[in-house]
Amino acid sequence: MMEYLTANNIIFALLSAVILICALLSVTTNKLLRAAIYLFFALIGIAGLYLQLSYEFLAAVELSVYAGGIVILFVFAIFLVHRIGENSEEVSLSKKAIAGLAAAAGVALCLSTLFMYEYTTFHLTPEAQMNAETFTQTINMDMIGKALLGTGKHQYLLPFEATGILLLACIIGSLVIAKKEKEDNK
Amino acid sequence: MIPVEFYVVLSTLLFFIGVYGFIARKNLIGMLMAIELVLNAVNINFVAFNRYLFPGQLEGYLYSLFVIVVAAAETAVAIAIIINVYRKMGNETVDSIKELKN
Repeated sequence: MMEYLTANNIIFALLSAVILICALLSVTTNKLLRAAIYLFFALIGIAGLYLQLSYEFLAAVELSVYAGGIVILFVFAIFLVHRIGENSEEVSLSKKAIAGLAAAAGVALCLSTLFMYEYTTFHLTPEAQMNAETFTQTINMDMIGKALLGTGKHQYLLPFEATGILLLACIIGSLVIAKKEKEDNK
Repeated sequence: MIPVEFYVVLSTLLFFIGVYGFIARKNLIGMLMAIELVLNAVNINFVAFNRYLFPGQLEGYLYSLFVIVVAAAETAVAIAIIINVYRKMGNETVDSIKELKN
């Protein structure tokens, strides 16, 4: 029992407990603003998980884009759309039961598949295990930038540019939706 | 090092918490939050497998980076649509959307 109580395992257990509890509260709470705050804490826990895997840049992106951007967007939308203090909706118990049943069935199916399947490549070879454990080179911005802006093997210029077009389309789409509504009002 | 199965179990649970939220909620913003949980569960899998199987390469890493970008774009458009729905219909539950075009 004692050999499991390493700092790494304790941190992982704490982070996963925070993530799962906050996610569960986020989908079950009646107040929408509280759901957004719980989502925020779950996302911080996920950023901590990335940090533990020594992916610092991804943790920073998770914090700044998700926790800093998307959750704030949610909060703004709730302020604009929702009447604060009012419970969001009355969902019938049968609907909740159906949803819980579907989710429980999915969890059971996935976990039973995960633990009963005979993996051929899933369990790492001892060399790969050693490689993963002793790998100390941190992923620095140099590697990420070269991988994002290169055209060779394992380099992703095309998805990067497609992302740029997607963001442009997203901006124009949001503007069109907002503008059309204004003209309708006049 | 933590066995990779733990990450898979964590992301499975997170994914189906998101699925539960998506089915059980009537509020459009609440459903959008549940989708974010699902996307994050998938990201955890990508990142964990990348770290454990090919720590010197960046495939899963960049994939989850792109997933985050697409999620941000999707959320922005979805919130614009939700605000539009609220202006037209007066509230933001799924039941209020009975027509696409008046």
